Amino acid sequence: MREEIAYHEYDVLVIGAGGAGLRAAIESAENGLKTAVLGKSLLGKAHTVMAEGGVAAALGNLDPQDGWETHFYDTMRSGHFINDYRMAEVHAKESPDRVLELEYWGAVFDRTPDGKIMQRPFGAHTFRRLAHVGDRTGKELIRTLEQKILTVKVDIFQEITATKLFKDQDRIAGCIAYYREDGRLAVFTAKAVVIATGGWGKAYKVTSNSWESTGDGAALAFRAGAELADMEMVQFHPTGMTWPPGVRGILVTEGVRGEGGLLFNSEGERFMEKYDPVRKELSSRDVVARSIYKEVRAGRGTPHGGAWLDITHKGAAFVKRKLPGMYEQFMALADVDITKTRFEVAPTIHYTMGGLRVDAYTASTNVPGLFAAGECAAGLHGANRLGGNSLSDILVFGRRAGAGATEYAKNSAMPKIDNAEVQAEVERVLAPLSRSEGENPYRLHEDLQEIMAAHVGIERNGPELEKGLARLQELRERTANMRAPGSRQFNPGWHSVFDVQNMCLLGEAIVRGAIERKESRGAQWRTDFPDELEEQGKVNYVQQVTDKGIVVRPEPVPPMPAELAELFTRGVAPGLANAARKE
Amino acid sequence: MPEDITLSVFRGDKGGGDEVEYKVPMQTGMVVLDALHFIQAHDAPDLAVRWNCKAAHCGSCSAEINGSLKLLCKTRVDDYVGEVIHVRPMHTFPVIKDLVTDVSWNYDMLRQVPAFQPAIKAPFTLQQRDVDRIQEFRNCIECFLCQNVCHVLRDHSAQDRYWGPRLMIRFAELEMHPLDTGDRMELLKGAAGIGMCNITKCCTVVCPQGINITDNGIIPLKERVADVYWDPLGGLVRKMHK
Ligand SMILES: Cc1cc2nc3c(=O)[nH]c(=O)nc-3n(C[C@H](O)[C@H](O)[C@H](O)COP(=O)(O)OP(=O)(O)OC[C@H]3O[C@@H](n4cnc5c(N)ncnc54)[C@H](O)[C@@H]3O)c2cc1C
Ligand code: SF4
Ligand code: SF4
Ligand code: FES
Repeated sequence: MREEIAYHEYDVLVIGAGGAGLRAAIESAENGLKTAVLGKSLLGKAHTVMAEGGVAAALGNLDPQDGWETHFYDTMRSGHFINDYRMAEVHAKESPDRVLELEYWGAVFDRTPDGKIMQRPFGAHTFRRLAHVGDRTGKELIRTLEQKILTVKVDIFQEITATKLFKDQDRIAGCIAYYREDGRLAVFTAKAVVIATGGWGKAYKVTSNSWESTGDGAALAFRAGAELADMEMVQFHPTGMTWPPGVRGILVTEGVRGEGGLLFNSEGERFMEKYDPVRKELSSRDVVARSIYKEVRAGRGTPHGGAWLDITHKGAAFVKRKLPGMYEQFMALADVDITKTRFEVAPTIHYTMGGLRVDAYTASTNVPGLFAAGECAAGLHGANRLGGNSLSDILVFGRRAGAGATEYAKNSAMPKIDNAEVQAEVERVLAPLSRSEGENPYRLHEDLQEIMAAHVGIERNGPELEKGLARLQELRERTANMRAPGSRQFNPGWHSVFDVQNMCLLGEAIVRGAIERKESRGAQWRTDFPDELEEQGKVNYVQQVTDKGIVVRPEPVPPMPAELAELFTRGVAPGLANAARKE
Repeated sequence: MPEDITLSVFRGDKGGGDEVEYKVPMQTGMVVLDALHFIQAHDAPDLAVRWNCKAAHCGSCSAEINGSLKLLCKTRVDDYVGEVIHVRPMHTFPVIKDLVTDVSWNYDMLRQVPAFQPAIKAPFTLQQRDVDRIQEFRNCIECFLCQNVCHVLRDHSAQDRYWGPRLMIRFAELEMHPLDTGDRMELLKGAAGIGMCNITKCCTVVCPQGINITDNGIIPLKERVADVYWDPLGGLVRKMHK
């Protein structure tokens, strides 16, 4: 029987309905372009909803010395200088406007005593910088964008999954997607496509990420010829829950430390004093995560292999007001009252710094007409992301991707999608449903997670990485032959087939990046190359799919112009240096 | 040896269906969603259930567990020791498959609420005490459990006359924003049907976010509507003060 396919045409097609995707779609629609946005979940429920601690923006509401230079400085330093400085600059300059825009659209942030937007301290931010709503900032952000997008002219496709991008010659032409509800298929032809599909934390077992984070968009674009960069950089958040087993990995917001929480090992030692005497608990995430890991390795871990986090000294009223979600989460899921007792935390996979390589100003990839923004894109965060810099990232670059796509779409004709390619993809997508024998996608996902943890976790070395690569290649072959019994109607087994294929591809890219980067920097910790090396700091590892398979090449990190480089020569953050000068 | 627990899960679609029993090994701290995931991985890969955050943030996993309206990710299995755990989809919305229901009506109604219309450009000066109440409402995770329980929608299917508690607190959040200039009173009284609510407070009881939907949201809104429509002078005064 010939498959019934729905055909749609748009100027701008946004794949992804998290913060980055919604912001991009709002931008192109407000510019009068015919826009659609696709998401795997219901509107307003994307991964972004989970963000807790806040959105970083140098508003200077509490610390007037703050400004874009200091935010830029903190971002580059935490990224260990392999960030694209142009992205870091744009981001630091534009975040305040994006936050205020949210306020104008209806977001209600916590307030300072004089009625401004409240800002909280966070790891490795020089000043109090994170605008927030208790510990549910992501929800406020996505709800505001949801409420905004409902008032502009955008077609919103909910619970729909894109499985392949199409090209017309070299340029992007659109995608095909299936509706989760009933397995119907739809082809979207578009002049410009924005990928905003988030990260791929689900490639790991212990993760704070939602099921959506399977890296679809990055994998689809990679297959379509787009370049990936910095794939080895996967962030371990230092504090995930450890117990009971069902909640292992669920995030404990950095806000707990931001609000004064302290870390102790099993011997009652405040060990961060040893690893980073200045910033202690509020050191950058890579440092804190590694410190906890080292304590556990040295036999000073807590019963479930982590560290103690203690905020009881702040008093119950304070904790309940500042961290209501955390209080609730521990009461409901772990029977622990964090206002009365310390609790266990351990590192959890949290964020993917690497991703699609984009232009800092337009968010375009190397494929004409294809743009990317948010967690699926690389460049802003370098080797380690600062807390709060992702929510600002998705707003700043979501908007820029929407604008970039708008410009591109205005100046181009509607592309054509080759029908033979569509038919081939339809067959591939439907095949798992009719196979009488084949691999179980749930099992393969578990295998993938096991491989990632064993060979390319927080601590890495050459031989293990090579083993991991070999195992992943084997696994990739098995993923071509998965089986999903049942019908096309809302069938999670069938849905996971494509998730697993995408994660396997990106898992391989993580390993390949980690093999090439023969040093330790930020999130990449190699015990066979324990030092940060100057030469390696000058390159990003870029990957592309060619006729010969995946090829990895070093690309020079763009050098900063003198006036920006100068900011790093003063020995202190720009805001502090200026303050000192004034005195 | 861990004990087994028994779940009886609705399997079916709009054409009908029945509960099917599954055995799942008990784990400390397990929530019902974990048990369903176990079933997916081992017995029924096509068991349909929505979820996202597994941390009560996204409001995807609403269901009816032994007759109570709950989030699957926040409901502990050990609350049901010695019992069979019956899991069914939300009753008020049409079933798509198994535990997944069609909640699109809620989004259609949300689209009809006139957006925030601020009097001035940001940055705003707002005191914390003036936004506490609207922050309570904005803490909604759109799980639609309140919509599911409200008897006006659940038992009387009056979707054409009442938009339900979730929509009421969306109105409340806008109407109580100190800088909003919009006027939604006519809509609230008319199409949105606030008069249909007879303050049974069932919505407040089920809200997983602990939002005081009735006392803090619906009742003050009802008072405003009454002000505007029963006391023209009072309505005028209110408008001038806004
Ligand atoms: C628990 C937690 C707390 C966090 N706290 C903070 C914080 O306090 N501050 C901060 O700055 N950052 C925080 N982060 C990180 C931040 O939330 C994310 O990095 C950010 O929200 C990513 O947004 P995004 O728009 O790029 O993608 P996402 O929000 O992940 O959205 C991706 C979208 O793409 C869609 N999609 C994916 N694949 C497909 C496909 N094949 N077809 C169609 N659609 C698809 C998804 O359905 C979804 O709509 C936190 C993350 C977690 C997990
Ligand atoms: S109080 Fe009103 S809205 Fe809430 S359940 Fe009762 S009738 Fe419905
Ligand atoms: S008000 Fe409460 S019950 Fe209703 S949708 Fe929001 S969170 Fe759910
Ligand atoms: S999975 Fe998000 S609320 Fe339950």
